[in-house]
Amino acid sequence: MNMEGILALTGWGGLRWVGPVELFERGPVWLRDWAVGWLPEGAKVWAEGLIPAVAVLAVFGLLFGLATVAERKLLGRIQNRPGPNRVGPYGWLQFAADGVKMLTKEDVVPRSADRVLHFLAPIVMLAPVALSLAVIPYGRDLVAADPRCGLLFFFAVGSAAEVAAFMAGWSSRNKYSLLGAMRAIAQMISYELPLVLSALTVVMMAGSLSLVEIVEAQSGYWWGVIPRWHVMTPWGLAGLLLFMAAAAAASNRAPFDLPEGESEIIGGFMTEYSGFKYAIFFMGEYFGMFAVSGLAVTLFLGGWQAPLAVLEAAPSYGWFFLKLGVMIAWFIWVRGTLPRLRVDHLLNFGWKYLLPLGALNLLVAMVWRGLGGWAFPGAGAVRWLACLAMIGLPAILWGRLLMRSRGWGPRVYRYAS
Amino acid sequence: MATGFIILAAVTLGAALASVMLRRLVHCALCWTLSMAGVAGLYILAGAEFLGLAQLIVYVGAVAILIVFAILLTQRRELLSIERLTAGSWVTGVAVAGLVAGCLWIGLAYTRGLGGAGGASGGPALETRELGELLMGRYVVAFEVAGLVLTVALIGAVILALPFEQPREASGRRADRPAAGEGWDARRQGGQGA
Repeated sequence: MNMEGILALTGWGGLRWVGPVELFERGPVWLRDWAVGWLPEGAKVWAEGLIPAVAVLAVFGLLFGLATVAERKLLGRIQNRPGPNRVGPYGWLQFAADGVKMLTKEDVVPRSADRVLHFLAPIVMLAPVALSLAVIPYGRDLVAADPRCGLLFFFAVGSAAEVAAFMAGWSSRNKYSLLGAMRAIAQMISYELPLVLSALTVVMMAGSLSLVEIVEAQSGYWWGVIPRWHVMTPWGLAGLLLFMAAAAAASNRAPFDLPEGESEIIGGFMTEYSGFKYAIFFMGEYFGMFAVSGLAVTLFLGGWQAPLAVLEAAPSYGWFFLKLGVMIAWFIWVRGTLPRLRVDHLLNFGWKYLLPLGALNLLVAMVWRGLGGWAFPGAGAVRWLACLAMIGLPAILWGRLLMRSRGWGPRVYRYAS
Repeated sequence: MATGFIILAAVTLGAALASVMLRRLVHCALCWTLSMAGVAGLYILAGAEFLGLAQLIVYVGAVAILIVFAILLTQRRELLSIERLTAGSWVTGVAVAGLVAGCLWIGLAYTRGLGGAGGASGGPALETRELGELLMGRYVVAFEVAGLVLTVALIGAVILALPFEQPREASGRRADRPAAGEGWDARRQGGQGA
């Protein structure tokens, strides 16, 4: 890749001074090239694939541990209690204790369970999600794989999660497991459509299925201050909101966590899982959340691009993970705030509200592009507001209409006087 | 390339064989899914990235779930586990297999290319962009007709799934339905004015 960089770091002649900005920005790539440089010729191809894979798994494995602690601490804050604060500084090593506990727990398999499928289901759940992390660009040159159809790859491998949920639910021989699997599959199928539709809008506007190119399409600034991220356009804003609503459902997060509604069906398709198999399901769920959050950052929030030109000195992967952290915090906040939906509400919301709005958003994006030729003074503002009204007004009116047709409205509480 | 092909082909064929040899229907369906995933891998190996990924989305994500649900919802005890695997004689089986293989061979041998960069040189026969342009240009009629047929099928499925109304006076209230004015069915029928 960058021969000068390797020389600079390894000192094999031509030692070169690199500034801190360049060091941090290019450092991971240099490190990889340096490690590959030691290997014999035949092993280099394998190492160039393996090193990013190991790096992605290590980073997200650690992030998974930290996110579980952060989630419990934040939920604690929302519920006015301290949360975990005993293990390590401020309780941040709680995940290590949890991991040891999970590893040493007994692995219970029901006697009438289908042993092979029961064993395979957690693997089928985790492996595709880990694969989908490969195509997300984490920094300027930090992407494990950049296929020409990166976005399609993301959704294609994600579709295995439905099969995994079925395998877990069916093989457990437990009616709660099967009910949970049915719920999970119905939910994943329903919410995949709005998810893909809002991603499709971005594909149409960026003109590429490659996630790297989609990030590059969002570079630059309007008037030197406002970043040209997709979220700064009306269709991008609406798309992000639709995407995040659908993403919460697709990754089985609250308020859409019906597949494992503890108060109704015990633990859903995970009822009969214990010990490390349960931990793998848990990990798969968190990895799924990271993956869709990363995709949302890539599609709408400019990926690794800095929000201001002067801030580009900070390493690009730092910006990516900062945005990812904001997304994860949003997920946790929503979980702490909203109650769980009922299953018919969930399906109605997906099919009757998110799906039509997703299709409409596609249309708004076309109008946005069509109005790009306006050149009179103030054209930008008019175009912005017109497109926002095109998606915003139907969103409000359609929502009200749906609520009114079912006789719902703001709740009136009567207190004993 | 060759190693990858051998592994994928072995997985595809093994899973396909298992899907017709296993005795429990759910296992058969899951093995079939694995076989379809293997075919998708072969497509990707051959450079047809878009086709391979679409194959994954359609067959693993949708059709497999459809099959599994069909098995679960039409639960008949004798169907869930099959005792006898072969219905006819081996001669018939071999003859049918030969016929299918012959048809496939004829189809492959006489297929003309769609144009594009040319697959013989090792590169992909069609870039995704070219594929999209062909679907929206030269083959737009076929594409739209396929979409229309699928939409019609979807509407037909919804109509089939709508609650079937029985004449009131003939049979009275069915035992497994909620009475008029209570429950989901009644509200829905009232709302549609049906």
